[in-house]
Amino acid sequence: MDVLNKVPVREQDAKERAANFKEVCLGYNMEEAMTEASRCINCKNAQCVKGCPVAINIPGFVEKVKEGDIEAAYHIISESSALPAVCGRVCPQETQCEGKCIRGIKGDPVSIGKLERFVADWASENGIKPQGAAGKKDKKVAVIGSGPAGLTCAGDLAKLGYDVTIFEALHEAGGVLVYGIPEFRLPKEAVVAKEIENVKALGVKIETNVVVGKAVTIDELMEEEGFSAVFIGSGAGLPKFMGIPGENSNGVFSANEYLTRSNLMKAFDENSNTPIMHGKKVAVVGGGNVAMDAARTALRLGAEVHIVYRRSEEELPARVEEVHHAKEEGIIFDLLTNPVEILADEKGWVTGMKCIKMELGEPDDSGRRRPVEVKNSEFVMELDTVIMSLGTSPNPLISSTTQGLETNRWKCIVADENNGKTTKEGVYAGGDAVTGAATVILAMGAGKAAAKGIDEYLSGK
Amino acid sequence: MYKIVKKTELTTNIYLMEVEAKRVAKSCEPGQFVIVRMDSEGERIPLTICDYDRQKGTITIVFQTVGAGTMLMAQLKEGECFHDFVGPLGCPSEFVKEDIESLKSKKILFVAGGVGAAPVYPQVKWLHERGIAADVIVGSKTKDLLILEREMEAVAGNLYITTDDGSYGRSGMVTQTIKDLVAEGRQYDVCVAIGPMIMMKFVCLLTKDLNIPTVVSLNPIMVDGTGMCGACRVTVDGKVKFACVDGPEFDGHAVNFDEAMRRQTMYKTKEGRDALKAAEGDTHHGGCGHCE
Repeated sequence: MDVLNKVPVREQDAKERAANFKEVCLGYNMEEAMTEASRCINCKNAQCVKGCPVAINIPGFVEKVKEGDIEAAYHIISESSALPAVCGRVCPQETQCEGKCIRGIKGDPVSIGKLERFVADWASENGIKPQGAAGKKDKKVAVIGSGPAGLTCAGDLAKLGYDVTIFEALHEAGGVLVYGIPEFRLPKEAVVAKEIENVKALGVKIETNVVVGKAVTIDELMEEEGFSAVFIGSGAGLPKFMGIPGENSNGVFSANEYLTRSNLMKAFDENSNTPIMHGKKVAVVGGGNVAMDAARTALRLGAEVHIVYRRSEEELPARVEEVHHAKEEGIIFDLLTNPVEILADEKGWVTGMKCIKMELGEPDDSGRRRPVEVKNSEFVMELDTVIMSLGTSPNPLISSTTQGLETNRWKCIVADENNGKTTKEGVYAGGDAVTGAATVILAMGAGKAAAKGIDEYLSGK
Repeated sequence: MYKIVKKTELTTNIYLMEVEAKRVAKSCEPGQFVIVRMDSEGERIPLTICDYDRQKGTITIVFQTVGAGTMLMAQLKEGECFHDFVGPLGCPSEFVKEDIESLKSKKILFVAGGVGAAPVYPQVKWLHERGIAADVIVGSKTKDLLILEREMEAVAGNLYITTDDGSYGRSGMVTQTIKDLVAEGRQYDVCVAIGPMIMMKFVCLLTKDLNIPTVVSLNPIMVDGTGMCGACRVTVDGKVKFACVDGPEFDGHAVNFDEAMRRQTMYKTKEGRDALKAAEGDTHHGGCGHCE
């Protein structure tokens, strides 16, 4: 074994997977996992743990993998994470745990993410469940939203013995894990549903089809339904559009709509009752992970797909791995390109998109070089579908119906980073509802911090 | 699960169902809607709320079978359940928040077309319960398709029925009745029009001329109904609005109806294809003209 290089992970062939919705990454087997684990030098002052938003005892679990005791490894991870099979797949490890790994200074860092995934999948296949609370506490906590923040917060509180109910607006639990991230990155039945079952096995109740702020308010949950504390993990919110002419033409979708149809409603399956546009030539506007997900979904539905992004490759906000996979599958990147108008036929269907070339100028507020238009460089891309993936703005549903809950100038809920505390007593918040669109693991970190905050608050009562 | 406690076929292809949904019944107001799914594979179908019973914890919905989803829904029987029933969604009608005294001084005209009578009913009823008698025009293609006549009669001030073919009540479109009423000297401070998009468009063109502020309730394509997908975006006064969170009711004189109607056809081919396939079953041999 070459200690400088990680054990490569098996993947579905790029050509083959471009035409199916099966998972791209196939993961390690026991032998590969044990070999990779043996590359960990078990640092005394483990940097990887500091890079993990939920502070998993990484050297601890990797050590157990090295020994082949996967059950023990699973229980070590479960102490800190409610969703290891999810995190092993979608965390940006390269900037977190693996980014800090000493092995990475010279050679590849230990593939912590792939090891975490292996452990979680092994536990699931072997029916190993996380360990529940020793004793019950006589206090009810409501969690709003069953995405990564909500599930983590609920799981942690249940482990402490609280009586937890999650309220989910959609018909299925999982939030962005079910409506946002596609099957080929995160299998719904085999991975997400099982992780949610594990959270339920800790005693967490999930009530679907409840839109908090409409069917019931936070004040009512606390005053009439007996909840002593509430965690808001309601997620990102309303999709943004560019505001350019032609954007309401038939064939222009938000990435949220496109992905929700495909992921939550299974529209990629021709037997699904929910339709989705099978475009022939699709442009996805934006450069984040969501844009990559939408592009790779459209590709699998048979389209030629272009990513249209106004900055250069270096500034793409998506994970390097996602960009790499997208390129391998045949997504075309039109960088330094910005749409100015969407063109439609007389019946209102998209026929193309007028774009302008961009170049990078001086750095802007975000520290990235500001893209500026190149004069007289307009051109038309012929298209039948445009997917806008420009991020989201907060949903006012909860903040506008809860008295005393402060929001900031971006309309995100104000909450203390360390414990999730909001301006309303007994109400905590975390995840995209607080930060704006971010990652699964950051939401989980916030859910975890809030669980601790809620426990401190209720213990002191 | 959400049990169907009552089911009636109001007329050919239009059904009324009373469904147990305690949380929705407790909090809903006129003007809001629900989204239902009949089974674990089903589409999410948005439907306006026709009535609610806070004591019994039930919601009444009325729907017409137009696509594969609603056709299957029509087969559900009393005692059976919806898999999902979420709401109330959208904003309540504006008058719900208005000062009752100022509301009492207003003359309100409701214009319902076809199944639009269903969402109009709870609004007229709400006003009736507060001692306000609103005039109501109900338009229908023909006598047999008319729904909720008796219910509406019980809560409306004056009820005017009109049929396109003249088979019952007045003859002609709802716009003709509006013109007639105004010509008779009736004055209205506000009009609420709910029905097919094309009807709302023409009512708005007319009431704009007549200087009657008009509220319409839009029913565009939707997926989640909570603001997440943006499928239901409509242009109102030049600005993009989401019908599910900003509406479904808007100032009818500011709505871009042509765009809204165009957007409604987005999945028509697929919907029509599925409906035909469902209706024809094994005998379906490309009758829809879109099979591959």
